Amino acid sequence: MIEGLLPQLDIVRKDFPILERTLAGGLPLIYLDSANTSQKPQVVIDTMVDHLERHNANISRAMHQLGAESTEAFEAARDKVAAFIGAPSRDEVIFTKNASEALNLVANSLAWATGDLAIGPGDEVLITEMEHHSNIVPWQLLTERKGATLRWFGLTDDGHLDLDGPQGIDELITERTKVVSFTWVSNMLGTINPVAEITRRAHEVGAIVVVDASQSAPQMPTDLAAMDPVERPDIIAFTGHKVVGPTGIGVLWGRGDLLAQLPPFLGGGEMIETVRMERSTYAPIPHRFEAGTPPIVEAVGLGAAVDYLGELGLSAVRDHEHAITAYALDGLATVPGLRVLGPLDAAERGGAISFEVDGVHPHDIAQVLDARGVAVRAGHHCAKPAHARFGVQSSTRMSSYLYTTPAEIDALVEALEYTRSYFKLG
Amino acid sequence: MTDAPGQDLDSLYQEIILDHYKNPLHAGLRDPFEAEVHHVNPTCGDEITMRVHLDGGVVGDVSYDALGCSISQASCSVMADLVIGKPVEEAMAIHESFLTLMQGKGQVEPDEDVLEDGIAFAGVAKFPARVKCALLSWMAWKDATTQSQGQTQEATNG
Repeated sequence: MIEGLLPQLDIVRKDFPILERTLAGGLPLIYLDSANTSQKPQVVIDTMVDHLERHNANISRAMHQLGAESTEAFEAARDKVAAFIGAPSRDEVIFTKNASEALNLVANSLAWATGDLAIGPGDEVLITEMEHHSNIVPWQLLTERKGATLRWFGLTDDGHLDLDGPQGIDELITERTKVVSFTWVSNMLGTINPVAEITRRAHEVGAIVVVDASQSAPQMPTDLAAMDPVERPDIIAFTGHKVVGPTGIGVLWGRGDLLAQLPPFLGGGEMIETVRMERSTYAPIPHRFEAGTPPIVEAVGLGAAVDYLGELGLSAVRDHEHAITAYALDGLATVPGLRVLGPLDAAERGGAISFEVDGVHPHDIAQVLDARGVAVRAGHHCAKPAHARFGVQSSTRMSSYLYTTPAEIDALVEALEYTRSYFKLG
Repeated sequence: MTDAPGQDLDSLYQEIILDHYKNPLHAGLRDPFEAEVHHVNPTCGDEITMRVHLDGGVVGDVSYDALGCSISQASCSVMADLVIGKPVEEAMAIHESFLTLMQGKGQVEPDEDVLEDGIAFAGVAKFPARVKCALLSWMAWKDATTQSQGQTQEATNG
């Protein structure tokens, strides 16, 4: 028995109906692509169906009973999300389409900002080489448009941010730094980054700190209110579908006074206070950043999802991920010619493990694994610069979650052995 | 160990494909050439740099530097071997025939007289996610050939 697994894992798995299905040829599904998207528990599916069957109406604008019920469900979801991340205030939780939209919202609003927040020539935005493209491209657009400079932390050979080298934190965080944006947990290398340390240093120079929490929110406890304010990011973004919620809903949390200072992103219904033909005034947060009819049922589903995770307990989920990741690292180490990209100590990483196998391209690995019922991701995982840093064009990535069993890891390792034999590698 | 009953892996990974993958024909970048193109498959990151040399209406040389999966590498090798030495018009017809095969969802019967080793890719058409792998080099070749024709035209006119 492996220490740290979720208690009653077989019962937890029954919460996820898709895990019961079989694939072509009657193969059981071995789903190891949860960093891409997580599977959904029955309670999320039922909550969304119930909302559509019984409470569907537009929110905040329908003067009838259904409108009131729908609004209440939507705003209750905001409360649940606020509790999930320990937000100091529920009004600081903004619903977006996904994490990419949340990050773009911040970068675009900063492009239009005036006064203290304005960004221009001589200013710097600092990111890292391990970012997902959605935390690279918005900052490239911002710095290109404003004549500012984009800089980034490089990576060490073992997959950590290079904070101590000659191009480390002392060199890169300066009085010119206006924004520091980085991922809490890498979607490719799995690395857990020192959020508190980087944030403290960035705050010392007055920079805004944006953290992409897409991979951390599903698998680690987040308690913003408990963080020392100097070590607490100013903004975090994550997506609903990786925390057992639906697609089409993301979350932006931001420090209230900062959000209130940022110019609006999208204009439209719901985000206004009053509109005249000459000009408009805007609603306070959170609605200021939620123009148009939002993804209502998706938000309601996300509320059920974070409640579900809260009941399991994020510490227990983290322990499970740690145990499975350690077991997977041991298993993968037995496959000849396999090289893991990123930290080899499970304590330093999340549950996404990218690797390459000598002599077989990741696409071909994923294809053969799929024929054995094992679902993984192959490609650059929207992190081309991180791949380039390690001299590879693409990789295969297995990613576990709270429902992953050691037996599924065994099946992966066995399928990798089969892949090697299929391609006649020893 | 046996294959999964649900998916016919062997129809995808024909021996011919694996042979070309291990020993690609005409690989490497060579002179002379009139056009060089760089194509990528944005979803997986596969990349190819390809040069085409036309010699009086005939495909004189196709040379390339490619990074990618077995399907994309083998397809490039087969394609280069098929078109080198053929009149451009005939090579374009082969291109068209391969495109039809790939887009046929496994319903198109390939013509071995036209496609030769290319018929091994008939199985790929049944794996929609892999069709782009097989087409990467063919699209690069068409692009480079069209550019080469433009160059040759200009040279003639100039």
